[in-house]
Amino acid sequence: MLIHLKNVSYTYNLNMPFETEALKSIDLMINRGEFIGIIGHTGCGKTTLLQLLNGLLEPTEGQVLIDGINIHRNKQKLREIRKNIGLSFQYPENQFFEETVSKEIAFGPKNIGLTGEELEQRIKISLKMVGLDYNAYKDRSPFYLSGGEMRRVALASILAVDPEILVLDEPTASLDPQSCNKLLSVITDLYRKYKKTIIIVSHNMEIIAELTKRIVVMEKGEIVMDDTPKNIFQYSIQRLESIGLSLPPITHAMNELRKIGKPISSAILTVEEARDEILKLVEKK
Amino acid sequence: MIRFENVTHFYSNNQEHKVASLSKINLDIKKGDFIAVIGANGSGKSTLARHINGLLLPTEGDVFVENLNTKELDKIWDIRKKIGMVFQNPDNQLVATTIEDDVAFGLENIGIREEEMKQRVDWALKIVGLSGLRNSEPHLLSGGQKQRVIIAGALAMRTSYLILDEPTSMLDPKGRKEILKIIKKLNKEQNITVVYITQFMSEAAQFKNIIVLDKGKVVLAGSPKEIFSQADFLLSLSLEIPQITRLARELAKNGLNVPSNIINEEEMIKYLCSYI
Ligand SMILES: Nc1ncnc2c1ncn2[C@@H]1O[C@H](COP(=O)(O)OP(=O)(O)OP(=O)(O)O)[C@@H](O)[C@H]1O
Ligand SMILES: Nc1ncnc2c1ncn2[C@@H]1O[C@H](COP(=O)(O)OP(=O)(O)OP(=O)(O)O)[C@@H](O)[C@H]1O
Ligand SMILES: [Mg+2]
Ligand SMILES: [Mg+2]
Repeated sequence: MLIHLKNVSYTYNLNMPFETEALKSIDLMINRGEFIGIIGHTGCGKTTLLQLLNGLLEPTEGQVLIDGINIHRNKQKLREIRKNIGLSFQYPENQFFEETVSKEIAFGPKNIGLTGEELEQRIKISLKMVGLDYNAYKDRSPFYLSGGEMRRVALASILAVDPEILVLDEPTASLDPQSCNKLLSVITDLYRKYKKTIIIVSHNMEIIAELTKRIVVMEKGEIVMDDTPKNIFQYSIQRLESIGLSLPPITHAMNELRKIGKPISSAILTVEEARDEILKLVEKK
Repeated sequence: MIRFENVTHFYSNNQEHKVASLSKINLDIKKGDFIAVIGANGSGKSTLARHINGLLLPTEGDVFVENLNTKELDKIWDIRKKIGMVFQNPDNQLVATTIEDDVAFGLENIGIREEEMKQRVDWALKIVGLSGLRNSEPHLLSGGQKQRVIIAGALAMRTSYLILDEPTSMLDPKGRKEILKIIKKLNKEQNITVVYITQFMSEAAQFKNIIVLDKGKVVLAGSPKEIFSQADFLLSLSLEIPQITRLARELAKNGLNVPSNIINEEEMIKYLCSYI
């Protein structure tokens, strides 16, 4: 076991007029090498949860344990975990503070001791992973880019540190479809080949359905489901819809067919699965 | 009517980057149009949007909003009164210390009476589902809540044009559907002109027309069916076709007689019913 949120609650502005209880008694265990998707309605507590995972926020109740150690009781562990977890922000601008793209990306790797040619190389590789041309972007200000370009620079600066655990808050929002696909294949590679732990928050059900191995569904500050994509998108459809989520379009279409009596088999999550299923049924007929 | 005449734009702070962000754009947007704008990251969508309300001025060429040139400085408020804007990043647009005041901000600026202002703010907050948070501070909201505040502000203005730059990028699927539904309704019932930038191809498919940008140029314009029948071209522009259209093409490739320009679910289900 890697990360354990043990009975964690979080309230913003505790004991103040506008106190907001964002998380209630969360119990969540994350193992090394998992690929987890977190989904839920606007304001249900996803971003707050991510910020607890890397120690950016301290729970108002309960504990955040990493390898069994309470990170808020152990400064060294807290420092270690911050180094090992790369957290990308929901709005990339909020993450920037340097005047050029290359300085922005260099910040993390520099902190872990990279210099000179090795550092430069790391910047180049990271920009390449997000599909931005090094020469065209390195001297530009991260604040004066298009929305999708900013997102990609922010992600590059996380990838540049090569962290063990990637915690990504809406990493594909504002990315164009092909940049999105490229990024997702980079992330999938990190998961498969390099055994990284990936935790991703997204409102894009297609992505969550296709990529993740485990889905955590949140509602009003609580975890209400925690299961495989197949199970969530097959057995909990009404529940999902009642909390403002939905099926990926393809899953929804196949589901509608099943409802009107067509013998479509269990939850279809991708275009390829749908194609194979339909071709199989056409052949039978 | 919004008209772009030969518009080219260079960002002046962008000396290292001497590429035009908009390049010789000619565009006619008519009253009541319902248009989606798609294009790769950096293709110029937001730059285009910022020209419509005069936030950016053309380096060359002219932009007209109902015969007012955005370059006429003394007319800029007349222009902005007509145009509801939602920018890509809500943080840049949140101004007040409560949600309610934020939504009312634009109304105050154009001198709406107190009574009506209150009504409109209530209406807009209800639509975006934030009535319960009206006294909260905007900058302490979740990402999607911020986006909803900005949408409410634009709707409350009741302008005849709505320019929305990825307004639903941080919303859950239900929220996304609801916003699109409202915008469709405003277009249909009140003939509000809508220009809607999006990276969701399935959203773009629901508009009357789509404009495709690439490197600051309009490279394609037409109905969703026309646009999404050009899968390979879209791919070369870093775009793609909607998931349902992808399935249609896959089935057609495998010998089924399914038109490869199906863009919505109902059509797909109808076709499949005749096969299985
Ligand atoms: N800095 C803050 N101060 C006070 N309240 C906050 C703050 N940040 C978030 N909240 C509140 O806490 C709750 C959870 O917010 P959070 O940002 O975790 O939601 P989320 O699930 O990430 O939503 P979204 O999908 O919209 O990004 C919301 O009600 C929000 O208004
Ligand atoms: N404030 C700015 N200063 C300088 N250059 C900019 C600025 N904003 C955008 N650019 C550049 O202008 C070009 C067009 O950017 P624009 O923001 O219009 O693209 P976009 O189509 O909206 O992209 P995205 O999908 O990423 O939001 C890009 O090359 C971008 O780097
Ligand atoms: Mg969030
Ligand atoms: Mg943009």
